Amino acid sequence: MIKQIVFAIALLITLGAFTFTILRIISFFKLTKKAFPVRDFGKRFGVMMEVAFGQTKIFRRPVIGFLHALVFWGFCVILIGSIEMVIDGLFGTDKVLKFLGLFYDIIMASGDVFALLIAISILVFLFRRVFLHIKRFEGIEMKKISHLDANIALSIILFLMLSLLGMNSAYYSHTTLVGGTIEGVYPVSKFLSAIFSGLTTDSTLVQYEIFWWMHILLIFLFANMLPYSKHFHVFMSVPNVFLSRLEPLGKLPNMDNVTREVKLMMDPNTAFATPAAGAPIERFGVKDAEDASWKNYFDSLACTECGRCTSVCPANITGKKLSPRKVIMDLRARMKEKGPMLVKNGKDYTDNKSLLRDYISEEELWACTTCNACAKECPININHPTLIIDMRRYLVMEEGSAPGELKAVFSNIENNGAPWQYSSEDRLLWAADLEMNVK
Amino acid sequence: MADLFGRGEKPEYLFWVGCAGAYDDRYKKVARAFTKILTHLNVSFAVLGKEESCTGDPARRAGNEMLYQMQALQNIELFKMYEVKKIITICPHCFNIFKNEYPDLGGNCEVISYVQLLDKFMDEGKLKLDASKLKNNRITYHDPCYLGRSNDIYDEPRSILKSLTTNYVEMDRNKSFALCCGAGGAQMFKEAEKGNKEVFIERTEDALKTNPKIIATACPFCMTMMTDGLKYKNKEEEIKNYDIAELIAISLEL
Ligand code: SF4
Ligand code: SF4
Repeated sequence: MIKQIVFAIALLITLGAFTFTILRIISFFKLTKKAFPVRDFGKRFGVMMEVAFGQTKIFRRPVIGFLHALVFWGFCVILIGSIEMVIDGLFGTDKVLKFLGLFYDIIMASGDVFALLIAISILVFLFRRVFLHIKRFEGIEMKKISHLDANIALSIILFLMLSLLGMNSAYYSHTTLVGGTIEGVYPVSKFLSAIFSGLTTDSTLVQYEIFWWMHILLIFLFANMLPYSKHFHVFMSVPNVFLSRLEPLGKLPNMDNVTREVKLMMDPNTAFATPAAGAPIERFGVKDAEDASWKNYFDSLACTECGRCTSVCPANITGKKLSPRKVIMDLRARMKEKGPMLVKNGKDYTDNKSLLRDYISEEELWACTTCNACAKECPININHPTLIIDMRRYLVMEEGSAPGELKAVFSNIENNGAPWQYSSEDRLLWAADLEMNVK
Repeated sequence: MADLFGRGEKPEYLFWVGCAGAYDDRYKKVARAFTKILTHLNVSFAVLGKEESCTGDPARRAGNEMLYQMQALQNIELFKMYEVKKIITICPHCFNIFKNEYPDLGGNCEVISYVQLLDKFMDEGKLKLDASKLKNNRITYHDPCYLGRSNDIYDEPRSILKSLTTNYVEMDRNKSFALCCGAGGAQMFKEAEKGNKEVFIERTEDALKTNPKIIATACPFCMTMMTDGLKYKNKEEEIKNYDIAELIAISLEL
C-alpha cells in the first residue's frame, strides 16, 4: 500500500510538471500564424507509417540509421512494458498485462532483447559523440550545451535500458528461486540472471524493487526533461511526421493576403473581396517568431539537431553562412525568449529584437538556393525552405531590401517580363528560320 | 498562338519556352532542338511568342510575392484566353511553378516536363532513338533540383540517356542526393554569398570524377552552371555539356 501511495505521488508530480510544460508550449502555439489545413488523414497515416515507424528517411544513412531504427522500434515495444509498470504501480498488481498470453510473451521477449540492442546502440552513439569528430554535429549553432544535452539524454537512455535488464533478470532469478511461474519470456535477462546466480530470495527481491523504482523514476524524470531538450523529438517526431506538408517539395505556399491586394490592383471591382475595414493589417512574411506558422514552430520543437539537413546544404557545404539546422533552432530559441513575454504582456510586446537579424542574418537567407536538399534529408520531414522564403518575403515586401542585382531582376520582370533586360519584342528570335509549325 | 487561335485552330500543347529559352544564347539552342524534335514527331503545339512573360519564379523565390502573383495572374489570363489545356516546359522552374503553384491562383492546366513527354513517346515507340551516334560517349547526368527533389522526376531522364549511350555513369551524389548547381532560388541572378567555394565548382567536380565525355543537364540554370564549371576547370574542350533535348536531336540528326 505504501508503495502504491508513493508511486501515485510520483506519478502525480510527473504528470503535473508535464502538463505545466505542455500548457506553456501550447500558449506559444497560440501566438503563431496559421499554416495549411490538416486534411487527408489517410495519406498522413501512410506517411507516418512509412517515415516515422518505417524510419525510411533515417535509413538514408544506412549504418547509423539502422542503429537509430533499432532504438526507435525498441522504444515502441518497451513503451508497452512501461504502461504495465504504471498500472502495476498504481493498483498494486503484478505484471497486469500477462492475460495477453502469447502476445505478452512476444512483447516482453522483444522488449528484453531490444533493451540490450538499444544499450549497445547508445554506447555507439555516445562513443561517436565523445570520441569521433563528426562534422554533422558541429557548426556555429551547436553550442556546448547542445552537446551536453545530447550526451545527458543518451546516458539516461542507457541507464533506462540497464535498469530494465536489471529488473528483468532480478525478476527472473527471484521467481525461479521461489519456484513461481515466470510471466513473459526474457531471453537476455535469463542469461544475465544465470551470471548473478547464488543470491538469496531476499536479495533478489530487493534487487527487483530497486531496479523497478529506478526504471520507472528514470522514465518520469526523462519525460519531464525531454521538452527542454533536443530529445523532445521522442514525443514530437511522430506527430510532426503525421503533420508533414503533403505537397511536392518544390511548392511554395501561396500568400492569400497578397492575392487579395494584387487582385485589387488589377481589378478594383473585386474590392468587396478584401476583408472588412478594421481587420488587423497582416505583416507580409516572417520577421519574428510569432510571424512563423504553427507548423514552422512545431518543426522547431521536433528538430533533433541531427544536422542531416545542414550536411547536404550546398550553401553550407561550400562554406556559406547558411545552415538550415540553425534556422530551425533559431526559431525555437527566439520563441523561448520572446514567447513568455508575449504571453504575459500581450501581442504588442517588443524587446527591440527579432528573429530576423538578431538571430538570422540576411546573408544566411540570401544564400539559399531553394534546392530542398535539407527538406528531403530531414528524417522527420521538417521543411526549412518555406521558412527561409517567408523571411525573404518580409525583407522584400516590408522593407524593400534585397541584394541590388535582385532588385534589378524585379524591375526587369516588371518592365520586360523577363529577369534580363531584353525587349519582349525579341522573344521569338530563338526560333528564327526554324522550319516548323511554330507560329 | 495568337495566329493559330485567330484561325480557329487549337494546338494540343502549349510549348512554354521560358525566358532562358528565349534570351539565353546557349539555351536558345535547347529550345530549337526541342522544337525540332516536336516537329519531327508531328506533335501539335504552339508557342506564345511575344505574349509569353516571366512565370515569376525568380521573383517569388527571392521573396517578391507581389510581383510573382502579378506575373502569374497575367499568364493565367492568357492561358484562359487561348484555352490552353496542356503545357510542355523545358525549364524545371517553369514546370514546378505551373504545376504546383499556379493552381493556387486558379491556373489549372496539365503541365508536362519535356523529359516526361519524350520518355512517354519512347515508351510508346513513337520516338526511336539512334543509339549509334553517341554510343561510346560516357555520359553523366546532373539532376536539377526542380525536377528531382522538388517533383520526383528521376527516372525519365535516365531512361532517355540510357537509350542514347551504353556508357551511362552516375555521379556519387545523384537523384535525391544530388548536389544543387547553385543557381536556383534566384541565385542565378546574383553574386553568390561569401563562402570558400562556388557551388557550381563543387558540382562540376562531382561530374568530373565520373570521367565523362558529356555532362547532360535538363535545366537552363544547371546548363549555365555546368558550362561555367567546365570553363573554370579548363575542360570545355574535352568535355561537353548538352541538354537532354540536344542529345536526342543529335542522335536523330535533326
Ligand atoms: S533549400 Fe536552402 S537551406 Fe535547404 S539545403 Fe538547399 S540551399 Fe540549403
Ligand atoms: S531540421 Fe531535421 S535534419 Fe535538420 S537537424 Fe533538425 S531534425 Fe535534423
